[in-house]
Amino acid sequence: MLAEEYKRPEPLLPKKNWERWFSVTKKGVGAWAFALHRLTGILLVLYLFLHFYVLRTLTQGAAAYDNMVQFMESPILILLEVGLVAVIIYHGLNGLRLMLMALNIGVRQHKIMFWTVIVLTVFVSLIAAILMFH
Amino acid sequence: MTEVTFKIFRYKPGVIDPPRYDTFKIEVDEQMSVLDVLEKLRINDETLTYRHSCHHGSCGTCGMLVNGKEVLACVANVLALGTTEVTVEPLRNAPLVSDLVVSMEPFFNKYAPVEMPLIRQSEYLPEGKPSEEVGSYTRYESCLECGLCLSACPVVATDPAYLGPAALAAAARVVQEPRGQDVPAILQMVDNAEGCWRCHSAMECSEVCPNDVDPGSMIMYLRQHLISDKLKHLF
Repeated sequence: MLAEEYKRPEPLLPKKNWERWFSVTKKGVGAWAFALHRLTGILLVLYLFLHFYVLRTLTQGAAAYDNMVQFMESPILILLEVGLVAVIIYHGLNGLRLMLMALNIGVRQHKIMFWTVIVLTVFVSLIAAILMFH
Repeated sequence: MTEVTFKIFRYKPGVIDPPRYDTFKIEVDEQMSVLDVLEKLRINDETLTYRHSCHHGSCGTCGMLVNGKEVLACVANVLALGTTEVTVEPLRNAPLVSDLVVSMEPFFNKYAPVEMPLIRQSEYLPEGKPSEEVGSYTRYESCLECGLCLSACPVVATDPAYLGPAALAAAARVVQEPRGQDVPAILQMVDNAEGCWRCHSAMECSEVCPNDVDPGSMIMYLRQHLISDKLKHLF
């Protein structure tokens, strides 16, 4: 019998690709880094469209843009912006970590590099939160 | 002796179909491995299917998921798992044959074309003094061809065309130590979207590798080699 003829029964494996990307239970630090990188990447793509939507108000005159800016000053949106800072910092720093690894630099230290990325992300996000709420 | 509950995945096309988990309570001592338990259970249920050979972690045939993690069952000590409930399942990302047995065909379809020589020359135990009968010590390649790395890899999980960590690690070994192999052809095989550039550096392959082949680092070695080759061609 050819391998193709065997069928993997459910529910052993998650069916959808996105479920497989984020199946990180029992996995190591590298799998968490991978899943977080993918998640933050998806969030950044979605944010890009939101950003275009906000900028679109510029074409509707100064008053429309001012209204949007005023709306953006609500505490909930500022909190979301702090989250955005965290997403950007994590994705950027982990991207640097991945580039270093692709150049065969620090591959065996990838876990230390991941925790450094996390510490820096939390630190920068906290600074951003303090600055943005004052 | 400690009583441990084993939850074992069962599936036989057309017989145990849909799949189910069978639960067994069994007394284990501190020496017993997961494979020992499976062999004990098989005395009462000879339909339980699993693959094994050497019992000491060198043949690579008894790879399976124990509590969700890829291990060789023969060297996975039950009590060292630190839990009184142990779930045993077949490897991921491979076609299921029966119970805990998966088909290794896709693995070898990707691994074999690299044609890595089995014996390595780079580590020949210079400090060892073999007896007259032995003549000389030989160091074999470390990969057991167990397939744990393919099971753990999140990219293999979503892209069956990806060459995968084992084949890429073998390719890197050929590049490091060609022993008569065609290195440009090997580099061509891995220098594409489904080769070493498909890896997302999750390093799960290295995490589960039972013999420290460290396929993740080997993939990064290939990337570095290809990048420096391309840069050299620019200048």
